[in-house]
Amino acid sequence: MSEVTYLEAIREALFEEMDRDQNVFCLGEDIGAYGGAFKVTEGLMAKYGAERVIDTPISEAAIIGAAAGAAHMGMRPVCEMQFIDFISTGYDILTNYVATARYRAMLPCPMVVRGPSGGYVRGGPFHSQNPEAAFLHTPGLKMVYPATASDAKGLLKSAIRDEDCVLYFEHKYLYRRIKEELPGGDHLTPIGKARIAREGKDISIITYAATVWKSLEAAEQVEKEDGLSVEVLDLRTLLPMDDEAIIATVKKTNRVLIVHEDTRTGGVAGEITARINENAFEWLDAPILRVTAADVPLPYSPPLEDYVLPQTSDIVIALRRLAAY
Amino acid sequence: MRLTRSLEERLVNLYRQTKVVGGLFRSLGQEADAVGSAYALDRSKGDVLSPLIRNLGSMLVQGAKPTEIVKQYMAKGDSPTRGRELNIHYGDLVRGFVGQISHLGDMVPVMAGVTLSFKMRKQDRVGLVYVGDGATSTGAFHEGINFAAVQRCPLVVIVENNGYAYSTPLSKQTAARQLVDKAIGYGVVGERADGNDVIATYEVTKRAVDRARSGGGVTLIELMTYRRKGHAEHDNQSYVPAGEIDRWAAENDPIDRYVKRLLDEEFEESELASVDARVKEEIDRATDEAEASPMPDPRDALVGIYADPPEISPLWFREGIKSAVDVHERPSSWGTHDV
Repeated sequence: MSEVTYLEAIREALFEEMDRDQNVFCLGEDIGAYGGAFKVTEGLMAKYGAERVIDTPISEAAIIGAAAGAAHMGMRPVCEMQFIDFISTGYDILTNYVATARYRAMLPCPMVVRGPSGGYVRGGPFHSQNPEAAFLHTPGLKMVYPATASDAKGLLKSAIRDEDCVLYFEHKYLYRRIKEELPGGDHLTPIGKARIAREGKDISIITYAATVWKSLEAAEQVEKEDGLSVEVLDLRTLLPMDDEAIIATVKKTNRVLIVHEDTRTGGVAGEITARINENAFEWLDAPILRVTAADVPLPYSPPLEDYVLPQTSDIVIALRRLAAY
Repeated sequence: MRLTRSLEERLVNLYRQTKVVGGLFRSLGQEADAVGSAYALDRSKGDVLSPLIRNLGSMLVQGAKPTEIVKQYMAKGDSPTRGRELNIHYGDLVRGFVGQISHLGDMVPVMAGVTLSFKMRKQDRVGLVYVGDGATSTGAFHEGINFAAVQRCPLVVIVENNGYAYSTPLSKQTAARQLVDKAIGYGVVGERADGNDVIATYEVTKRAVDRARSGGGVTLIELMTYRRKGHAEHDNQSYVPAGEIDRWAAENDPIDRYVKRLLDEEFEESELASVDARVKEEIDRATDEAEASPMPDPRDALVGIYADPPEISPLWFREGIKSAVDVHERPSSWGTHDV
């Protein structure tokens, strides 16, 4: 089998799920004839037609709301946000309508909202966002953010089959930069389960999405230069969070660094810290540290973006600090 | 219409006895537009509607039961939402209504999606969504009707123009001469009718439903009516010009108008009285049943947020569950506090 990029893995998942289930359909801006801003949906319309691959007006609230209505009736819509930054214009209907539908009105909402996310691509403030913190405190939503091509495919297939709304963030920096051979068959990655990306015994890095790769680089470096054994836990799913895997790695290494690309204040790292504090405080040999973006709207110019976003060298500094504590 | 009005009057009594937990929303004076329009749907074909807060009448036509409504208002554990939501905010796909939320306008894109699914599956079904004059100012209304128009979804959008959105009169809501004019901008058929004439309401909606069912796409209907009570029961309507409410009550009550019409035709007073008696009996039964119903078990609050997991874990401080911060779970190497 040949290697498949992260982007191709997403596309494979869409083709396979649309083949498998007539109820699966896609809707979004420029996804049909054009194939999407990043060509994720290229070829879908040719195969499945304009009925199942719907080019919509520029209306994120309508895309998400219509998906919810169709999902109530048994369809399995997959919405594309052209850039995930635009999910904010659908925030009301997503958090107030979709997230509460099952609980308040027994209305199922099996749907996916996916879109290119994240920075390191010189996209500026409105084409680089990481939206996870805005949805982390919304009960009723699930949220995944894959780091590998294999998980990109497996999580999207699982998300489409899930009975609830799953926000599926795909990292555009990874789209064409990583590739791997994918597992054959009907490859599903379970939602709610983290993955140990690298085994280690001295320090745990808890992270997800693009910073998984930066964390792995940093782990390699401190192993070579400092003899440190660093474990890297790739969360994969942010909602529901895999507490079991988090606590297990804390108990194993007793030192924790949380790394994410999103801004710092009110970020996912704060939530993970609180969970470790409540459930595994006694196992900590050092304070929990965070490497995150600075609290800045993401700037465009390379020296500015590089300065704001977490880099491998930042992770190395934090690992050394933890080791020395 | 009689059932709607009498049921709301009963709810007012219960509200005054503090048996209604939350607010109470009346549709006094608007019963005709709710009931007449809902009758235009075909329940045997599986048509679906999404009501607004003043569409109790539409829900009753669609199959909602008075006992469910009273239980909802009383926040009972065996109400349709098991105490999760208020008043007539609930849905039932079997009977064909989709529960609204408080964010006005949001149901338009949702119903665009419901009817999109009808079109995709080539089903012979139609959707009806109600909005008020106020909701036409929202982005969701615009996005939803525009999307449905482009997709030629079998959707009827009814704007119930009752003059006020909470305290805001139409003149502060829009500079449009009439709300039906908005249909032109969306490229859909627009019609306007007297919302206090139940037959006119039925007829205009029926035309739109037939159009939708035969592939003619979206219709925007403006129904002219008047909200005689406040936004909710607490609202003293101080913003309403003197005499306006009384004038509508005296001259343009939808039930009075329909009763007169029935008597002018072939109906006898006694037949109408028997309808009233049946309504009273049904409401009495609903009230008794709702009053006897239990309040929800508090722990049920944790059930049904997701399909999987079906229930979330209780917070440890609520349930006496020990947290992991417990002597026996400390690592053997840890600390000097034990012993």
